[in-house]
Amino acid sequence: MAKRPVLQDFVVERDESRCVACQACVRMCSNDVHSYDPETNKVESDSAKCVGCHFCESFCPTKAINIKRSASQFRENANWQYRDIANLVKQAETGGVLLTGMGCDRPYPVYWDHILLNASQVTNPSIDPLREPMELRTYIGRRPDRIQWTVDSGQWTANKKQSSSIQHPASSIQSLLKLEIPIMFSAMSYGSISYNTCVSLARAAREIGTFWNTGEGGLHPDLYEFGKNTIVQVASGRFGVHKDYLETASAIEIKIGQGAKPGIGGHLPGEKVTGDISRTRMIPEGTDALSPAPHHDIYSIEDLKQLIFALKEATRYSKPVGVKIAAVHNVAPIASGVVRAGADYVAIDGLRGGTGAAPLTIRDNVGIPIELAIAAVDTRLREEGIRNQASLIAAGGFRNSADVIKAIALGADTVYIATSALVALGCNLCQKCYTGKCNWGIATQDPYLTKRLNPEIGTQRLVNLLRAWSLEIKEMLGGMGINAIESLRGNREHLRGVGLSDTELRILGIKAAGESW
Amino acid sequence: MKRIYIKEEYCMGCRICEIRCLVQHSKTKNIIKAYKGEYPKPEPKMLVEEKGHLSFALQCRHCEDAPCLEACITGAMRRDKRTGAVLCDEEKCVGCWMCIMVCPFGVISRTKEGRKVASKCDLCNGEDEPVCVKNCPNGAIVCRDE
Repeated sequence: MAKRPVLQDFVVERDESRCVACQACVRMCSNDVHSYDPETNKVESDSAKCVGCHFCESFCPTKAINIKRSASQFRENANWQYRDIANLVKQAETGGVLLTGMGCDRPYPVYWDHILLNASQVTNPSIDPLREPMELRTYIGRRPDRIQWTVDSGQWTANKKQSSSIQHPASSIQSLLKLEIPIMFSAMSYGSISYNTCVSLARAAREIGTFWNTGEGGLHPDLYEFGKNTIVQVASGRFGVHKDYLETASAIEIKIGQGAKPGIGGHLPGEKVTGDISRTRMIPEGTDALSPAPHHDIYSIEDLKQLIFALKEATRYSKPVGVKIAAVHNVAPIASGVVRAGADYVAIDGLRGGTGAAPLTIRDNVGIPIELAIAAVDTRLREEGIRNQASLIAAGGFRNSADVIKAIALGADTVYIATSALVALGCNLCQKCYTGKCNWGIATQDPYLTKRLNPEIGTQRLVNLLRAWSLEIKEMLGGMGINAIESLRGNREHLRGVGLSDTELRILGIKAAGESW
Repeated sequence: MKRIYIKEEYCMGCRICEIRCLVQHSKTKNIIKAYKGEYPKPEPKMLVEEKGHLSFALQCRHCEDAPCLEACITGAMRRDKRTGAVLCDEEKCVGCWMCIMVCPFGVISRTKEGRKVASKCDLCNGEDEPVCVKNCPNGAIVCRDE
């Protein structure tokens, strides 16, 4: 047989007694699953086309639709699972690299679920965050090696000038990013996500007092007004990088790698490079936006240092310049090198970090979990005595406020969230971002689909999410008897591991549950 | 008076507004019965205009200087003194369709089943907020005071 029948992942179940043939599903599905037959006045569904985004299900006014996993199963085989066979069939038919979106979905251990938080009992009082002030404010950037004071005509004043190995007269502790909550929106480029999604992120960041990140797609001219809450990226493709872009932003991030695809570049297909995107990225309309895997001017830490200082020089040392790397095996020494190269912060993106498009095999098999990476990097930087020289940002698959607080206790200064933000905007993790047919209007440039994300609603949902998480973080902090997130940072004594091996506990730097001081 | 404004940039063309309008103007106000069991079949009092990827919901604008009020020969078209809405008294309507002819927005239609009368938006008389506004999933229809 030349061709195997299409394997279907999902089944669209339609309750005919409830379906009123209003055709909302027909009009809304970007994958053309549903069709209306006027002769029978019935709506039919072609389950083979369904990607499982659940848009129609959440939209159906009579709740007549139910999307289920396909019940058709192969003979059970622990080695050859359904996805293995399905992927093989796809490759036998297409001869191509399998693409996917979002973060790694394989069942590697999620260490957050093996780490437990502490709480106060008897010997130290817990704090009620509803009655007492709680401090979540966080600063990102280089701290001075020591506090210096000068006495001038009887007045003690703090000497804010840097005194580190990489000293520049213009760099001072004043160029720190101020965050009201230790959560920022991670890099997602305009092109991979829609304009309305960018607007929602930018407005929410401004309202909450945190930052959003442009990714490597440049900054749309309409969004320059959000510059005070914007981190701009300089990535290997250098898309959209120009003087105003660097000057408008509050911080600049050099993107070396991404958790979903360490060692891999990016590729925005030409059909997505429409008018506004081509202008924002500064490339001709309709051309593929190819980000090379490496920066072609960075082949060593010394080269990285040159770029960091070129950017600092270009912006008159007025803002932090950070570096984003993927969590790979030697992440600790790499991060150490990055800090020594002069980065004001290091963002580390773990195995479960998301993407708009990545080869399936890379996404699922390359990198290490962020929990281990954060602990290893924080430990290494402390051992080397350079932890103060850079802030640490953890990224990659933060699902809730507990993950955030655990990351901070492991040593991160703040976290980047992106997948959770998209879920707040509607995303149901169907992992089809790379098709550009996102029904929720997030990962698409189709004008018919992008309208579906109203930035007023999107902003409110993101603000709600961040507010809810910050309230929960305050509750957990209060329970631990801590009234400032600063006191928890790197305070691994507040964490205990369950079901972890001695090696994992050693790397995480935490005690096993049940061990006390 | 309260007026309905449309934000076509966020209208996704799902026609949920039409569906909810139809249900609101049905006898049972139950979506399944309204679609499957009622005669005459209820009809939406509004429409969604669509061309390419541009779409928007269109209801009666309840014009200040409403041509349908001038054109109506029986006085079925009247202005509600309290709300300022232009309403059609279906008992008085004789189906001359003059209102349909003069409406500059094309938002008055004729009923397709049952007694043939002019059918138009009544701002969901009695509701706090018209159902199209309340149920728009993307905030593309808003109701606010002028």
